[in-house]
Amino acid sequence: MAIAGNSAASFLQLHQKKPHSLFRLNSRNSVPFSIKSSFNPPMASLAVSSSTLGLSETFSKLKKEGKVALIPFITAGDPDLSTTAEALKVLDSCGSDIIELGVPYSDPLADGPVIQAAATRALARGANLDSILEMLNKVVPQLSCPIALFTYYNPILKRGVEKFMITVKEVGIHGLVVPDVPLEETEVLRREASKHNIELVLLTTPTTPRERMKSIVEATEGFLYLVSSIGVTGARGSVSEKVQSLLQEIKAVSNKPVAVGFGISKPEHVKQVVGWGADGVIVGSAIVKILGEAKSPEEGLKELAEFTKSLKAALL
Amino acid sequence: MAFSSATPLHRITAISSSSSSSSPFFKPYPSQLSLQFNKIASCSPKSFALANHQMGLDKAPVLHDLSILQRPDSLGRFGKYGGKYVPETLMYALSELESAFKALATDHQFQKELDGILKDYVGRESPLYFAQRLTEHYKRPNGEGPEIYLKREDLNHTGAHKINNAVAQALLAKKLGKERIIAETGAGQHGVATATVCARFGLQCIIYMGAQDMERQALNVFRMKLLGAEVRAVHSGTATLKDATSEAIRDWVTNVETTHYILGSVAGPHPYPMMVREFHAVIGKETRKQALEKWGGRPDVLVACVGGGSNAMGLFHEFVDDKDVRMIGVEAAGFGLDSGKHAATLTKGEVGVLHGAMSYLLQDDDGQIIEPHSISAGLDYPGVGPEHSFLKDTGRAEYYSITDEEALEAFKRLSRLEGIIPALETSHALAYLEKLCPTLPNGTKVVLNCSGRGDKDVHTAIKHLQV
Repeated sequence: MAIAGNSAASFLQLHQKKPHSLFRLNSRNSVPFSIKSSFNPPMASLAVSSSTLGLSETFSKLKKEGKVALIPFITAGDPDLSTTAEALKVLDSCGSDIIELGVPYSDPLADGPVIQAAATRALARGANLDSILEMLNKVVPQLSCPIALFTYYNPILKRGVEKFMITVKEVGIHGLVVPDVPLEETEVLRREASKHNIELVLLTTPTTPRERMKSIVEATEGFLYLVSSIGVTGARGSVSEKVQSLLQEIKAVSNKPVAVGFGISKPEHVKQVVGWGADGVIVGSAIVKILGEAKSPEEGLKELAEFTKSLKAALL
Repeated sequence: MAFSSATPLHRITAISSSSSSSSPFFKPYPSQLSLQFNKIASCSPKSFALANHQMGLDKAPVLHDLSILQRPDSLGRFGKYGGKYVPETLMYALSELESAFKALATDHQFQKELDGILKDYVGRESPLYFAQRLTEHYKRPNGEGPEIYLKREDLNHTGAHKINNAVAQALLAKKLGKERIIAETGAGQHGVATATVCARFGLQCIIYMGAQDMERQALNVFRMKLLGAEVRAVHSGTATLKDATSEAIRDWVTNVETTHYILGSVAGPHPYPMMVREFHAVIGKETRKQALEKWGGRPDVLVACVGGGSNAMGLFHEFVDDKDVRMIGVEAAGFGLDSGKHAATLTKGEVGVLHGAMSYLLQDDDGQIIEPHSISAGLDYPGVGPEHSFLKDTGRAEYYSITDEEALEAFKRLSRLEGIIPALETSHALAYLEKLCPTLPNGTKVVLNCSGRGDKDVHTAIKHLQV
């Protein structure tokens, strides 16, 4: 079975690469991270290993079916973790193909007011990585679509890059997006992520020069995150026309799937971006706002279901 | 240029001799520096030996011979610190900024213009002042003790060292064709300096300031507005300097094509730590010249307060390759290092990424950035410039911390003994003299960076002091 094969392969990888990573600890380029002196035997994590496809596999499947991926984003812990757990299930059942789950952070540089506020609320309620992972441990087995974590770099560093990858893999995370680590600084992350079969998604933006964009798309795993506009997250009135030409440029140099995000908040936007050739559409602030501003969690989840369905309809 | 990819030997030459013509960009007054400064004076027998360094300039390199390492390297790293940890949207702007900065190094017209502004507008060069009564205060019963000199950055226009960097970056922005300037500010000193230069150069100015900080530095808020700046209150997070910095970065991400971000310290993503250091390096360069004039030697010990680290790097940088010059940075211990309410990043922090740079920072178990505390808003930053992290790890500089109370004592002390009211930030460095001076041999030359004046702090002082 494919999954056992994957896990066995990663088990072997761990054993082979461990001395190598200890050596790396002394290299000038390494950042400090702790290596558990005794690993939890990977066999134990087999039980929690997700039965869903990874990110690239999901895109391949959708491509064969001629479909475009719907990728919603929500902040974990806003309004609270149990609502997040329910929201993940709602998003899944309403047709999401991949879900991005944001880990709340005190200084989110890439986020606009909506997601900033969600993070502040989540942190105030005590959300932290451990509690989020605990929630995921229970929920992920119930989902049919893969989850990618969206987190800033410092929380990863604090835990230790390798330890972070092991821990999130154990609860079935398939992918990772880290918006404040540019291509030059991704070496450590990419190495540890691929060791643990986590796809590290990289971002490109309208200000990225063409040569650099090529390097980024070459290095990205899962898909390429095309930021639609110059700015931080947050709904916008319309999607920039530049996205169309950027999509063409990217497609001219790579076959990897491209998902467009930032600012997309209405079914009309989704339709437009699909028409321009995107392989996936990411919707964040609009959804976070629904959950954050609802009169009650139940109301929020209801609205969420309706909204997600309307976005899905625009993809068909 | 100090940061070019020159060979190590060439770099040593460029850095150690302050007036070296290989760095024309940063000479404060080309007409005043004479060739005698190319000779590095070898007197000063009172040099304070930290470990077992030999005196003299012909010694073998020690374990961490910093002159061999590029500071920073081409990726903007000081050892493992520094770098550019920012959203992809900013990467192009950062490399554009770096190219512009390097190009201006050989632009004589730019350098001349900057020199002229530093002299006629900022009021440089700032004096190196022998603090006679402060020196008396530290004399031991047998009459022995160190000699205290104050580098008077408090006499600059706007009352602090901040203007050195603001003026240069405003000029740089104009060269880049950017007419909109943004900045973050904690105490308001950098905000005031930025608003000042924007008025001087006719640039649009927006200052981000934490809502909490706006309250405790209301006078500076008024000043900024009077100078024509728009001051935007930041309510997110803890509503203090770190949040203002985050918001400024977000503004830059959004408006990067029209806007230049004048970062106020040697923190942030590359090239800022290097750029801001170079713009403040005039402090150390002048000090070398002035020390030679006054006592025919170099300083033995340099002392400066450290928030983000700009005034300290400005003084230290010139002397980093002079092994027998001891460098001491003083951070804010707030209510005490064990109280959990301090800003002693280098003493109590851990390595992480904040505002674009890998450096020491104050964080909780989950990697969230925590709110620091100091009576002085300018030291109230949970991070620190990456080069300081590097200097600490390599043992080149030492870092200690001083509590609010000790700083207030020093604030009073300098006022009484020298008739100089120092900024509360500077008071932290002054307070450390109490601990340092008893350990120094007779005649040790101590240069303390008097980074700002304390007029802005009298309202805070009134609440805490009986005078």
